[in-house]
Amino acid sequence: MRRLFVPSRRPVLLTRRSALLGAAALTASACDSARPRAGFLGTMERVNQRLQEALFDEDQLAPELPPEDATPPGDFPQYFVSESMPLAPGGWALKVGGLVERPSVLSLEDLRRLPRTEFRVRHHCVEGWSAVASWHGVRVSDIARYVGADPKAGYVELRSFDSGYWSSWDRPSAFHAQTILAYGMNGQPLSPAHGAPLRLYSAVKLGYKMVKYLTEVNFLPEPTGGYWEERGYEWYAGV
Amino acid sequence: MFSCRIVRNPESRRPQPWPIRVAHWVNVPLLVIMAGSGLQILAAYPMLGAQGRPYAWYPFQGIPPPPWARLGDWLAGARGWHFAFGGFLALNGFAYLLYLAFSGEWRRRLFFPRRDTRNAVSTLAFYLRLRKEPPAQELYNGLQRLAYTGALVLGILAVLSGLVLYKPVQLGAMATLLGGYDTARAIHLLVLASFVLFTVGHVVMVLLHPRTLGEMVTGGRKPDA
Repeated sequence: MRRLFVPSRRPVLLTRRSALLGAAALTASACDSARPRAGFLGTMERVNQRLQEALFDEDQLAPELPPEDATPPGDFPQYFVSESMPLAPGGWALKVGGLVERPSVLSLEDLRRLPRTEFRVRHHCVEGWSAVASWHGVRVSDIARYVGADPKAGYVELRSFDSGYWSSWDRPSAFHAQTILAYGMNGQPLSPAHGAPLRLYSAVKLGYKMVKYLTEVNFLPEPTGGYWEERGYEWYAGV
Repeated sequence: MFSCRIVRNPESRRPQPWPIRVAHWVNVPLLVIMAGSGLQILAAYPMLGAQGRPYAWYPFQGIPPPPWARLGDWLAGARGWHFAFGGFLALNGFAYLLYLAFSGEWRRRLFFPRRDTRNAVSTLAFYLRLRKEPPAQELYNGLQRLAYTGALVLGILAVLSGLVLYKPVQLGAMATLLGGYDTARAIHLLVLASFVLFTVGHVVMVLLHPRTLGEMVTGGRKPDA
């Protein structure tokens, strides 16, 4: 029975080297820089989205900043995807639709009659810069109440006349007290450079989520995508 | 012999117990990924300070980091890498801190000014050829304890400033603590620069003392009873 005392050696299925090489190969194949919303990078985007949604607190307001913190005039970057600055078509009005009791077409005058909200907060761009301006307009939550948005509409889609630039938001962020359809900036009517006649402005998302040159707001039961989101940028992009 | 293994006196343990080795080597690819993707993100706006208010002290305003040091090809790709792996770096650091705390390893690894300053100065004097013999040391000399504790502080700062950049509004209190979004961005970059300096020094010292590399791979020999 000598054999009993021979230590049995299990065949080694996974050596340290093969585990390391495997991990490296998996990482390389599942992390495609050209498609950050697919593969492992995409899986982690969804994990991070869950974490961000859990962290989101509707009562957490971005600090309102004093006038002296405002970015000097001209230094607040302008941005649009069209080749030249988009200008509002004549007779512009905002279409509000989707899961709502009263689909509406609202002129700027109609919007100005709704409760006005104004705040000066820091803007965070996906590129890494920040800037400060004050914005005034109507809360998305006030628009939702005005048109009777269905509670089942968990998402808000925004469309523009800037070469089809668009995005979509989760309801909690869209209904945040500092998320507005802005028709003014720094006390002045919104200029074409910053999205006239109407743009989304919010303290709780990165800049590319704030659609300018608005044409449509739709309250929807499912998330849709967005211009940059289809090209590889995160969908949630909360700050 | 009945004592719980984890609270055993560190001095009777191998120089590098396995949790330390795992945390150390997991850090290597993670730090490379975070540094490379971070520099690609910086390239999107290679300035420090808010729009219209660039920091006067930063010498590289407007100069993007060199392409060879970047990972992720473009901003969205780099952000994908950075946020996919950043959490693992933080978890690895957290696990390491827990192990240090509960194993008692903190006693022979962390820098305590009262205990270690004299030894650190003597070691430095030895390296600078101002002293013939190195001071007596246990696992680490005072200078090593200072360097490794410094790296740990850098790691904590990297995670905290990174969280502020990721969620400057939801983590508003932490943002305020670090001086705001743009200050946190400067801290995040300075931490990277400090990590690079640490790594250069670390690799040079390991090349001068190759035995320590073997220990970080195998764990090294247990001290004789």
